[in-house]
Order: sequence, then C-alpha cells, then structure tokens
Amino acid sequence: MLEIKETTKSDELLIFERSRPGRIGYSLPECDVPTTPKEKLVPQGMLRSEGLAFPEVYEVDVIRHYTALSRRNFGVDNGFYPLGSCTMKYNPKVNEDVARYPGLAKIHPYQPEESVQGALELMYRLQQDLAGLTGMDAVTLQPAAGAHGEWTGLMMIRAYHESRGEKRTKVIVPDSSHGTNPASASVAGFETVTIPSTKRGMVDLDALRAAVGEDTAALMLTNPNTLGLFEEQILEIADIVHGAGGLLYYDGANSNAIMGIARPGDMGFDVVHLNLHKTMSTPHGGGGPGAGPVGVKERLIPFLPEPRIVKDESGRYAIRGARSEEAAGGAESGSASSIGRVKAFYGNFGILVRAYAYIRSLGPDGLRQVSENAVLNANYMMKRLAPYYELPYPDQPCKHEFVMSGSGLAKYGIRTLDVAKRLLDFGYHPPTIYFPLNVEECIMIEPTETESKETLDGFIDVMIAIAKEAETNPEMLRNAPYTTPVTRLDETSAARKPVLNCACG
Amino acid sequence: MLKHRYLPLTEQDQAEMLQTIGVSSVQELFKDIPENIRFQGELPVSPRLDEYALIRHLSELAGRNADTDRYTSFLGAGIYDHHIPSVIQHVVSRSEFYTAYTPYQPEISQGELQAIFEFQSYICELTGLKVANASMYDGATALPEAREVLATYAHGLNLEIVEVGWEQGVTDREALTATITKDTAAVLIQNPNFFGSLEDLQAIGELAHAQGSLLIVSSNPLALGLLEAPGKLGADIVVGDAQPLGLAPSFGGPTCGFFAVSETYMRRIPGRIVGQTTDRNGKRGFVLTLQAREQHIRREKATSNICSNQALLALAASVYLSVMGKQGMAEVAELNLQKSHYAKQVFTAIPGVSAAFESPFFNEFVLQLPEGTDLTKLQRDLLAAGFIGGYDLGRSYPELAGHLLVAVTEKRSKAEIDQFARVLEESICSK
Repeated sequence: MLEIKETTKSDELLIFERSRPGRIGYSLPECDVPTTPKEKLVPQGMLRSEGLAFPEVYEVDVIRHYTALSRRNFGVDNGFYPLGSCTMKYNPKVNEDVARYPGLAKIHPYQPEESVQGALELMYRLQQDLAGLTGMDAVTLQPAAGAHGEWTGLMMIRAYHESRGEKRTKVIVPDSSHGTNPASASVAGFETVTIPSTKRGMVDLDALRAAVGEDTAALMLTNPNTLGLFEEQILEIADIVHGAGGLLYYDGANSNAIMGIARPGDMGFDVVHLNLHKTMSTPHGGGGPGAGPVGVKERLIPFLPEPRIVKDESGRYAIRGARSEEAAGGAESGSASSIGRVKAFYGNFGILVRAYAYIRSLGPDGLRQVSENAVLNANYMMKRLAPYYELPYPDQPCKHEFVMSGSGLAKYGIRTLDVAKRLLDFGYHPPTIYFPLNVEECIMIEPTETESKETLDGFIDVMIAIAKEAETNPEMLRNAPYTTPVTRLDETSAARKPVLNCACG
Repeated sequence: MLKHRYLPLTEQDQAEMLQTIGVSSVQELFKDIPENIRFQGELPVSPRLDEYALIRHLSELAGRNADTDRYTSFLGAGIYDHHIPSVIQHVVSRSEFYTAYTPYQPEISQGELQAIFEFQSYICELTGLKVANASMYDGATALPEAREVLATYAHGLNLEIVEVGWEQGVTDREALTATITKDTAAVLIQNPNFFGSLEDLQAIGELAHAQGSLLIVSSNPLALGLLEAPGKLGADIVVGDAQPLGLAPSFGGPTCGFFAVSETYMRRIPGRIVGQTTDRNGKRGFVLTLQAREQHIRREKATSNICSNQALLALAASVYLSVMGKQGMAEVAELNLQKSHYAKQVFTAIPGVSAAFESPFFNEFVLQLPEGTDLTKLQRDLLAAGFIGGYDLGRSYPELAGHLLVAVTEKRSKAEIDQFARVLEESICSK
C-alpha cells in the first residue's frame, strides 16, 4: 500500500522538482573552432547575470516525467470523445508519418523556390482541393487556426467594402455563434450585432431584416449551426444580407456534416474558413496547432493575403506577391489591394501536409461517406437519448451534432456539469457543456464518423444509467469523478489567487 | 456504401440505426437541405489513394525538396537549424498528448495542464517576467514577416506603426528618441534583431518609459541561455518564437509563439493560461484560469480572438528545455556564439567580402558581397555544393542589395564552415 502511494506521489512532481545538481540530459556537438571569451564578444550588461534556474535532469528522468504526464491525459486514442463543435475524429497515423518526412519537415521557408517544388506543389494541390470541396474560387492556407481564419476573412471583407468607398462597421452574428466570431470581429475593427434565434433554433429572418442596413459589413454564420441544425432558409438569409450590400461569412467549424452534400459556395457564402484540425482529421495537439484556410469567391480574390502559392505556365510552382519582395523589385508584383500577410511564412505547413494526406486517403466519395456516417451517428444517438434528456429541437433531424438539455435533472439537484463529471468515471470524455448559450444546461454531442455502433451504444447506456442515478443517488453525481488522477478542482481560488508558474527561480 | 479503414459502420449497422431513428434512408436525414443547393455529381477533389500509394506520392513530393538531412544550412532569418534531441519526437508522439483537445476537463487532462504550467514556468525564467501564456500562433521573428503581419493587424485595430531606421546594424538611437512621443503606446524591439545584432535593451527601455510607453521585446529564446533576461532590463512584455527550442523548421510552421508580461498585465494577456490549485482532497492540480479574458466567455469584449494555439509545440519546447537544463542552455548558446564568430572571421577573409556591421551579434551576421554579385547564381552554386545559403537581404531592404544574412548554429562544424567559405569564394570569383 505504501509503495503504491509513493509511486502516485512521484508522478505528480514538477520537472523542476526532479532536479539534482550536476545531472545533464543533453548531448551537443563539440566546439571545434578557435574560441574567444564571451565577455569579449558580448558587451557587459547584455550577458545573463545569473544562470537559468532550470532543472538538472538526465534523459531517463525526462522520458519518465512526460510519460507519467501523458498517462494523466486523455485523447481520441484513449476513448470516445464526443465533444460537440470540436469534431474529435480519429487522427490517422499515416498522416503523422508523412508529415515527418525530412523532405517536408526539415525545409526552410526562405530556401530557393527550385529547392522546394514538392512542398509548393502539395500546397497548391491542397488549395485546389479545398476550393473544390467548399465551392469557392480561391484559397489561402496562411491562417493558423479557425479564429485566425475568421479574422483573415473579416479583414478581406473590410478591404472589399473600403475598395468600393463604403464604410461598413457592423458584423452580425446569431446568439448561437461561436465566441470567436464576435471576438474576431472586434480584432478586425468591427462592431458586433447579435441577433436572436427562433424557437426552432434558426436565424430569425425578421430580426435579420431589422439588423441589416448600410452599415452591415457581413453576417457570420455556421451552417449547420452550433445547435447541429441546417439553416433551411439559407438562400433567403443570403438574399437579405446581399440585398443590404453585406457579405456572407461561413464559419466552417461544422463542415463535417456536409462534405459532398452541400457546399457553402453554392449557398451564397462569399468567404469560408475550414478548421483542418476538425474536418480534415489533423490532431488537436492538446490545444493546437491547427490550420484555418480561407476560401473566397471571385470578387474577393484581389484581397487575399500574400504571399500566394501559384503555378506558372511552365508548370513550376512559385511563391508570389510578398510585399517585401516587391519593394526590392524581386518577385512578380502582388495585388495592390491584398490585406497583406497574416502569418509568418506560409501557414502551419506541417498541418497542411496531414490534411492533404487525409483528403487523398478518402477521395471525393470517401469524404461524402464521412459526412453521411457522421450525420447517421448523431441522429442515432439523439433518438436513443431522447427519452432521458430534453431535446430542445425534437422535430427535425440533426446534422453531425445535436444539443440536449440537462435541465430535467434540476429537480434532483443535478446540473449538466455533474453529468459530465460522472462520465469521466466510465472512461469517456464528456460532451461540450454550457454551449451554445441559448440552450439551458446545454449538452452538445458530436460523435463523428470514426466511431462504431458498439461505441455509441456503450456511451448511450452510460448516459441513461447516469440519468437514472440522478434520481436514485444524486449525491454520487455531485461528487464525481472518483476514478481520475484528481477530483474536482478549485477553480475559484485558482483565479482569485493565481499561481501561474512554479517560481522555481 | 464505401468500405474504408477509418469508417466502421457496416451495412447492417446502418440498417439497424436507420430503423431506430425511424427513417428509411440516410438521404432522409438531409431532407432539411433545400434541393436547389444540394451538390450533384462528384466533388472536384483529388482521387483517393490507398495507403501505399499515398506514401509513394508523399515521398515523391518530399524528395523534390532540399532538406537539412541532405544539405548543410547557413540560412536563418527567423527559422534556425538547431539540433533536435531524439527524446522530443518520442514525447510529442504519445497520442495521449497529440490526440487530445484543449484541457477543458481538468480531471482527465492533468498531464497537458501540468506540461503547460511547466512551459509557462520555463518562459518566465527565460524572459525574467512573472506571467506567460500557453502559446500563440508564432513569434513572427523573421523581420519581413513580422513587419507585414503587424501592419495587417494594426490596420484592423486602427493603430499606427512607425518604423525607426538603423545605424551600424542596430536601431538608430537618435531617430528612436525623436520618434517616441506621449502618443507612443509601445516600442517593439527585436533582440537579436533581424541582422543578428544585439540591441541595448536597457537604454531603449529607458527612452520608452520616460515617455510613458511600454517596452516590448521580441527575443530568440535560445539566445537567452547567454543573454540577460529582457525582463531584468526593463521589458514589460517579451514575445518570441520557440522554434529554436527543438522545433522542426517545417517550411515555416507550425512553430510556437510565446508571450510573457509583467504582473501588471496579468489579466489582459491573450490566450490560455494554466494555474495551480487543489482538488477536493487537497491534492495539487492544474486548471485553465483567468478565463474571463477569453473569447468563449467575453465574446466581442475578449482581450483576443485566439482559441486554438500551438500547445503541442509548447510541449516540444518544454521537453527541449528539460533535456538542456541549466547547463545545456548556457552551452548551446555559447556554441552558437563561438561558431558564428569563427565563421564571420573566415568569411570576411575572402577577398571582396566584408562584414556589413561591426555591432556585436549572437549567431547571425551580415556579409557585404562584392559589387555586382548575382545572389540568385550564388544560391544556386551553394545548393549544387550541398549548402542552403543565407538570406538575400535585398529581398527586404532594397538598400542592402548584395548583402547576405548568414546563420551559424551549434550544428555547423569547422570543416563545414571552411568548405562553405571555399564555395562562396569560387562562386563570387566565377561571375
């Protein structure tokens, strides 16, 4: 018993607490050049006055430390992860392998173009594939994440209106939108107007008509929306926004529902971003890196970020239009109306490689099959759980995800949070909770297409058991989880008296 | 129904599920999508490849790029060719880390949360500031990139960017003094700067603070193994790119931006932050904290729109800093300093080649090549001899046409440096 406790204890040490003076964990090339004392090379006052208070550990310590940490973490490879809005599908292993090929991982963004033709071709092909998938005319791969893509798209929309001599200051978002939508609008210099949803969870057309005007720059919309419902009146919505002179922005977070079935470009959207870390299976990495390419319709092409990856008449691939190069009269000049650069170099290339490998692994009919299965899985779960949790929108099929409400458990003193914490004891990552904001005690479930019927059934059975447990033994839920490395954590004091580093220095 | 190794539903599964739902076909589940916007025909997307064909295709694309396993690189300019210890790949390949989402459920995410807490601790120690976040997209450390990205963001936020010129490879102090006014929000200095030169942060900080503006320093974190922590020299905010800390160049991304501030700005910093706390049994644990700054809570009033960050790269950088430790960081920084200074001596001994500046530098410096040198030809000659050459500064500074920015890391041996010098000399002479 004692030994077990000791083991648990050592797993919790910080790497700094494993330090023993004199140990090393590195191996560096030798210094085979004549040397000069550093004090002669660097002016006094610029040299570090005290050594870094870093741990002194050897390689085995490092591996055991991070292996221990990994065992206190939960990923898609550990089990079912129905986190709504996040598309936690399986991350194919071959994609990880190819992204690590030296010819793709160990190349420099400023190498001569002739020495990176393979990398440029890959990016060019991915641009084409994403344009075809979304029904857009051109794509930039620069944005590093979904929110970054949103901001990039909004900056293009801003530049478009400005180029027409129009000052449009407002971006409209539904109350069910992702928090990044209004936040991106702010960073792009817009004011946000939030409009309510109807009782059926859709954009309220009357509210939209009342909101649009001469100052409308764009409407940002997710379709299917964050409730997992397809905005059936999308063409009317597009007409209202376009009629007022605004543009339509597509938040691609929910694209996993409609690949090969409907394309944002055919619904009237002018700008689209995709989250490759959702729809295209690239790993979430514990928070990142992602990639958020943006596609646009013809009239917005002049405003795309630069540089762009192009193919010239001779079949060579090239990087075009970096402003710095224009200044030097080097490369071919870019577009004078481009919004400029949005990220260093050409985007999260390593993620783009994985996304391209995924698209090639599925192909056109495979991508469509992905969406069909994702939607089938979600509807099956919704149907089976309906008798036990309240469905705010029961009369229509959902798309790749659906929302339920835990408010029916309030009579037992149980909240959605308690249900989520109890799921942890059964080896599941809980669904997204308390989002979207317009559903009380919201539970948002997105199974994805890579889960089997047995997995869904296992999860559903546990959800049903938890609903029953809420009635028979609510105390059990309120104190859950029991089997995790730590129990519920005190978030209030973490924010009130922040301890944000180990102060080991 | 297409059979695929990532898709588990069988025809029988499908039939049973449709029956439970109470519809007769999958198509019925899409009946809410208006007929006139349903996509007809085959998606215009590249055709499917089996796994072996995919590997062949990607190998072929990779084979047409000159990588640093096959070529010796003297190119830096924001992305550096440092040694990457083997352990890093093994740690970040653990799928408990890389297949996880942001740690919103702390009870089953203690591993990631503790790793970020340790990353924040490392960044605080390196920068000399009290608060660091869980990472940003990148550091935009390459100056031409940073200039352009900054310009795009500033336009969105209606901020004015004023660029100050340089003198002898460092910021022109007189011009800077004249530029800073009461309206100046912040002075942003890169150190080492794009030319590799070391800036006098202390003096610049004093100028900024005298006018009530902040000092933001963009640092190379590897250089901080040798250089004084900017926080100790007056920086209010320190940012940078963690790429030199064990991250593959990856054609420029993904890398990992870091962001540290003094305590005053703790509640205004963008991005995710991990804090230490206790569970119900009093056990130490970690949670995402100070979330009232973030977009999912504050929406349009958030301090930033950032959601996804570069967590896996922050983990990689932490592993690097762990294996390097106190002594390794000092040693690797010193190796860069010594080898680059030797290289400068060798390269400037070539007839017609001189150092553009005499300012102190870390691992990168500027060579002035003989008038009329064709840099495109030079790069080609170097490539043919197995070298990835330096950065043609004329690309970003028209006044520095004919100047080459050269980076020399700990990986470069004396023999490689000497050979590079020979090829450089031959190429210049044979024009």
